[in-house]
Amino acid sequence: MKTIYVDNAATTQTSQKVIDGMIPYMGEIYGNPSSLHSVGQRAKEVLEEAREKVARCLNANPSEIYFTSGGSESDNQAILSAAEIGLKKGKKHIISTKVEHHAVLHTLNKLKKQGFDIQLLDVDSEGFVTPEQVKEAIRDDTCLVTIMYANNEIGTIMPIKEIGKICREKGVTFHTDAVQAAGHLKIDVVDQNIDMLSLSAHKFHGPKGVGALYVKKGIFLSNLIEGGAQERNRRAGTENIPGIVGLSIALEDACNNLEENNHKMIILRDKLIDGLSKIEHSALNGPRVNRSANNVNFCFEGIEGESLLLLLDAKGICASSGSACTSGSLDPSHVLLAIGRPHEVAHGSLRLSLSENNTEEEIDYIIEQVEQVVCYLRRMSPVWKELLTGERKFML
Amino acid sequence: MALYTETVMDHFMNPRNVGSIENADGIGEVGNAKCGDIMKIYLKIEDNIIKDIKFETFGCGSAIASSSMATEMIKGKTIEEALKVTNQQVVEALGGLPVHKLHCSVLAEEAVKSAIKDYYDKNNIPYDKSILPDNIGCEGCHMV
Repeated sequence: MKTIYVDNAATTQTSQKVIDGMIPYMGEIYGNPSSLHSVGQRAKEVLEEAREKVARCLNANPSEIYFTSGGSESDNQAILSAAEIGLKKGKKHIISTKVEHHAVLHTLNKLKKQGFDIQLLDVDSEGFVTPEQVKEAIRDDTCLVTIMYANNEIGTIMPIKEIGKICREKGVTFHTDAVQAAGHLKIDVVDQNIDMLSLSAHKFHGPKGVGALYVKKGIFLSNLIEGGAQERNRRAGTENIPGIVGLSIALEDACNNLEENNHKMIILRDKLIDGLSKIEHSALNGPRVNRSANNVNFCFEGIEGESLLLLLDAKGICASSGSACTSGSLDPSHVLLAIGRPHEVAHGSLRLSLSENNTEEEIDYIIEQVEQVVCYLRRMSPVWKELLTGERKFML
Repeated sequence: MALYTETVMDHFMNPRNVGSIENADGIGEVGNAKCGDIMKIYLKIEDNIIKDIKFETFGCGSAIASSSMATEMIKGKTIEEALKVTNQQVVEALGGLPVHKLHCSVLAEEAVKSAIKDYYDKNNIPYDKSILPDNIGCEGCHMV
């Protein structure tokens, strides 16, 4: 059976070009960039080349790029660092949204326990916050605004340039978690008024376990990991050279092909959305416009998401869900709840995230199989039966 | 997926006794759509024996597999025997469940008990309230 991989928001397949580019740095070029000798200096050169490549993709200066272990570490470091500076200035108010990734939300929660005032902005039914909401929320003691660029679950693209502009005007540091945006959406840290930005290589056909944090010159950055003087004293630990090289190749490739890939994925995405919309009592989560080119997310009333995933997996389709059962917690996705989906409905969600390697035939197959599986699960669902008899009210 | 044992996957992919029974002698429904799982069990009882049993489940793979296994385990048994089937036995028969899925087996045990209680209530048969309390239900949701 053919595998159809539509879980690219979870991770992407590492491209052959990236693998080929990384291999020499796991073999012949093994030096430690901190070593003074020629073997080490060769690795150092490669490290700085990778930094330049990444900087070019973001319209940043190479000295503003710090390599990390991934998106979560970048988010943690950016937020904790801004909080540290805030604390020194007596500013303990942080603004974010209810739909952020847990790497942001859990870090903010930690700060809340330390006495920070964390304000999570509501989003509308499509997952957007407005620049006006941010403007209204900013206070004299606000030390950080952290708002994601593109939502990992429902694909909402936030108006980060406008939010960044407001932050700039008010003199508040603006961080954006761009893990789902890097390599997929245009990033220009200067034009978009971004002070700090997190990205992760494996979301754009790079390797896992490596990411980057952009920090605008002049913004203070404290370190999360203490030790040696790597990354200009801001991130200790011998650099993951193969990973960093892989990240730089993948990001450059993604940025060079960004428009072409998006054009292709938008056609597939819209076909998939149109097809799944035909299933009765279903609803698209997230917007139709200003939506990530690769994201499709639906709720199907009367069924639960994990069983949907298992049945699709048996048909070769690899997807994900925001149901409680897939998260290991009792609550379904905080993002689906934040856009107003009731618990009952949020349990029945399905996320299909595409790559440019998916085909129209695959989309046709997915639509057909999802229809069948939803129908099968509804036939054995007491909830669906009650919806049909009117004992329970349809919500979608 | 390695999340579940082969037996769980078998009962999930090919669930036994799915459906409903018209004019069932006992019906039990436990769980809550808000929590993400509801199990409904239908019993046909003759001469104190569970002649037929069907289930409908809204829930994850382990909820469906637990329902299927529980119905298989009590079909043809006397009511007393059925009442002795525990969630632990359902888990063992399934070859184990992940820790965060154990509540699904609890729901299966409770759904069976709830259906038997309904049968007793409908037929004015006295029973031990300590075994079949009035509030059989969503406890499983919050125990793990």
